[in-house]
Amino acid sequence: MGAVLFGMVACLALAGGVGVIASRQPVYSALSLLVVLGSLAVDYLLLDAPFIAVLQVIIYAGAIVVLFVFIHMLLHAHSGEDPQVRPVLPAGVGGALCGAFGLTVLAVVIHATGVPAPIGARFGAVEEIGRALFSGFLLPFEAASLVLLIGMIGAVALGKRLPPGVPGRPDGEER
Amino acid sequence: MAVPAPYHLALSAILFTLGMVGVLVRRSVLIVFMSIELMLNAVNLTLVTFARVWGSLDGQLLVFFILVVAAVEVVIGLAIIVDLFRSRQTVDIDEVDLLRG
Repeated sequence: MGAVLFGMVACLALAGGVGVIASRQPVYSALSLLVVLGSLAVDYLLLDAPFIAVLQVIIYAGAIVVLFVFIHMLLHAHSGEDPQVRPVLPAGVGGALCGAFGLTVLAVVIHATGVPAPIGARFGAVEEIGRALFSGFLLPFEAASLVLLIGMIGAVALGKRLPPGVPGRPDGEER
Repeated sequence: MAVPAPYHLALSAILFTLGMVGVLVRRSVLIVFMSIELMLNAVNLTLVTFARVWGSLDGQLLVFFILVVAAVEVVIGLAIIVDLFRSRQTVDIDEVDLLRG
């Protein structure tokens, strides 16, 4: 049962990953990214991480992909690529390099595991995560709130700048 | 664990490589950005897998913080992309090769 589910999830994630990098239009990439994120959420469930799976769906699939699609809608007119740029490497050399990189990562990472440790019934549940978060990881947790605040301020500051010559800009000042 | 850890790690390695190829090959800044997200997710999968293998929650907590940072990164990055598009009228990163604004 779990193995079948993992097989489906892995195939979906790989297909989505190829879709992200191979789509002509950024909006198809965003939808493929959604497929990858959704299948990874199911994979997290298989790995006894229900809280992370829920976070993945809410934050990544719910917020980040929507933001990507929204920005694409905002920029839709000119989001194509110029196909006339000469590649730096021949496609065969690039493919071989990337394949070698992938195989190296695969070889390193696959030999790094042993027998899975026994876990309690509540492993990865909200209570356990919350207890760890508010005891040992309290300082990073507070720092994360600060990071979010700074990100919010930065987005507002970047977003409200108007290009020169737009009506409503005070006395045409330069950036 | 229904499926041994190496399968999850292999999936993660392949996804990371796909993301790397996307960053290196594509020129639309939006797709490059999505490829970066793909790589972040591959790393998250590795962390969750090792959290399960070692029976420790630390990996999952690290994923929690990565999610926070990824959300902030996307917000700031997309704001920069919108600003770039306003000043250059393009999202092709080969057209954007100057540091001055």
